[in-house]
Amino acid sequence: MDWTAFRLSLELATWTTLILLPVGVVVGRWLAYNRFRGRGFIEAAVALPLVLPPTVLGYYLLVSFSSDMPLGGLWFAATGQGLNFSFAGIVLASIIFNLPFAIQPVQRAFETVPIHLREAAWCSGLSGWRTFLKVELPLVWPGMISAFVLTFVHTIGEFGVVLMVGGAIEGETKTVAIAIYDRVQAFDDEAAGAMSLLLLVASFIAIGLVYGLAGKGRAVGVR
Amino acid sequence: MSGSRLEVTLRSRRGIPLDARFTVGPGELLALVGPSGSGKTTVLRTIAGLHRPQEGVIRCNGETWLETAARVDLRPQQRRVGLVFQDYALFPHLTAEENLTLAMDAGSRAHRLRRARELLSRVRLDGLGGRLPRDLSGGQQQRVAVARALARDPRALLLDEPFSAVDMMTRERLQRELAVLRQTIDIPVVLVTHDLQEAAALADRICVLNEGVSLQSGTPEALFREPASPRVARLLGRQNVFSGTVVSNGDLGTLQWGELTLEVAGPVTLPPGTRVQWYIPDSDIVLHRRGRPSLGERENPVSGRVEEAVVMGAQTSVTLRCHHSGDSLRLSVSTHAARRNQLEPGADASVSLLSKGIHLMAASGGGSGVVPGDA
Repeated sequence: MDWTAFRLSLELATWTTLILLPVGVVVGRWLAYNRFRGRGFIEAAVALPLVLPPTVLGYYLLVSFSSDMPLGGLWFAATGQGLNFSFAGIVLASIIFNLPFAIQPVQRAFETVPIHLREAAWCSGLSGWRTFLKVELPLVWPGMISAFVLTFVHTIGEFGVVLMVGGAIEGETKTVAIAIYDRVQAFDDEAAGAMSLLLLVASFIAIGLVYGLAGKGRAVGVR
Repeated sequence: MSGSRLEVTLRSRRGIPLDARFTVGPGELLALVGPSGSGKTTVLRTIAGLHRPQEGVIRCNGETWLETAARVDLRPQQRRVGLVFQDYALFPHLTAEENLTLAMDAGSRAHRLRRARELLSRVRLDGLGGRLPRDLSGGQQQRVAVARALARDPRALLLDEPFSAVDMMTRERLQRELAVLRQTIDIPVVLVTHDLQEAAALADRICVLNEGVSLQSGTPEALFREPASPRVARLLGRQNVFSGTVVSNGDLGTLQWGELTLEVAGPVTLPPGTRVQWYIPDSDIVLHRRGRPSLGERENPVSGRVEEAVVMGAQTSVTLRCHHSGDSLRLSVSTHAARRNQLEPGADASVSLLSKGIHLMAASGGGSGVVPGDA
């Protein structure tokens, strides 16, 4: 059992989720409440990581993280380190490939809050911010928990993109999914089996939680 | 008291067209009526600040809520309106009490809770304050919505088809309750409805809206007796509208209707020879008793053949095709009178058109050019 890889995966998932959750709420709410030209294009861009082969996404990230590209160059200028094969690089990659998991459940949740409810809140004297806190948030939180759990679990299990961008550097970019692959290559079936079982159980619990909350959301939700 | 009047003037040419003008006094209930898509709800949303017209002025309680020329457009939060939505829009995750306390912006928590309970008691929901909306019946939800609209201590109360989502029995009960409730509030009330009976029963005045244009406003009695145009008559479901020509004017004028000359209790001001449309409410059409002289049967007698006699409970709706012109007169008579006089399809019958009920309108065809009245 590679506990270093486990700890690294948990750190990666925590950072990714914490950064993505506010992004998911802002972008998901914006997409749910606004109709504008090009909205379909933005939704397609958000959903792209779902259908793109991880190696393709990983390749483009690898290229753009390079120090002679604007993004990688900017990061290098600011920190003095490259993005490729670093923990910061795999966090950034995780944020990008988890966009659909963080945004879509939140967007769907906001879409179920009828515009009349927000208008009723405004006519009851509630500011936009209080309407968000007192009316919208209590109705969309199952969607937010779904986004949180899906992002977290998906990050822990991601393999292709992380390997492309981060390689498999012990304690820096070698996550548990990569460690499992590594153990299989070394014919260490026992370690690979133990880690796989742990991921299986954790994923099952997480998905169970999401479905349970979705049911609760339907029960509490808007008529 | 002139301070708590609601004055509305709206005009939009783009988007949803609007050309509406009316005022509502303190404690007065104005019903906005019109067919679906006539702009009733848009007018209400504009008053609440949820829709912005191209041009307009809205003043209430001495405050200017909207004045496009002066670039004044207060947000809904700043307007102090109570709005009851058609689907009530109760916050589903909050109890009835919490729905109300959320709408109150002043006072301690205990004070707000006490006020919420008082308001719920006023709409006869004692003891139900702890329930979530989904655990309340449709009628109870409507009452919570009314109580929430009042919770903010509004300067105007706006009701958007508040009785449309409940069954007939509940609707009548809620209408009675609203009639009682409004006696205790002295703010302007605007009720949007497509139900003319509801409007006539509840409103002090009715404003007829069509395609965003306010065509006429007045008391239900005045509107039903003297619609400003054939279009208003049609929108109010009035059927006895015919064409004629003024023969003589004055206090007792005369009107040519086909071969018949009708007396019209004036004053008739239109010059002789003017083509007009005229209307008579069915309450002013008197059936002649068969085989016996009837009171006033010499007044504008018209004979015809019964085309249709539809029994609707205690009343029977009779369509009479006039012998002289082929026009169809509609009248409502008590069912027992219809039976006694053998008003069956194919039977001959005669009626009197009371001269005081005949109302002349400019023969404009569509009723355009009629000045929107505002009593």
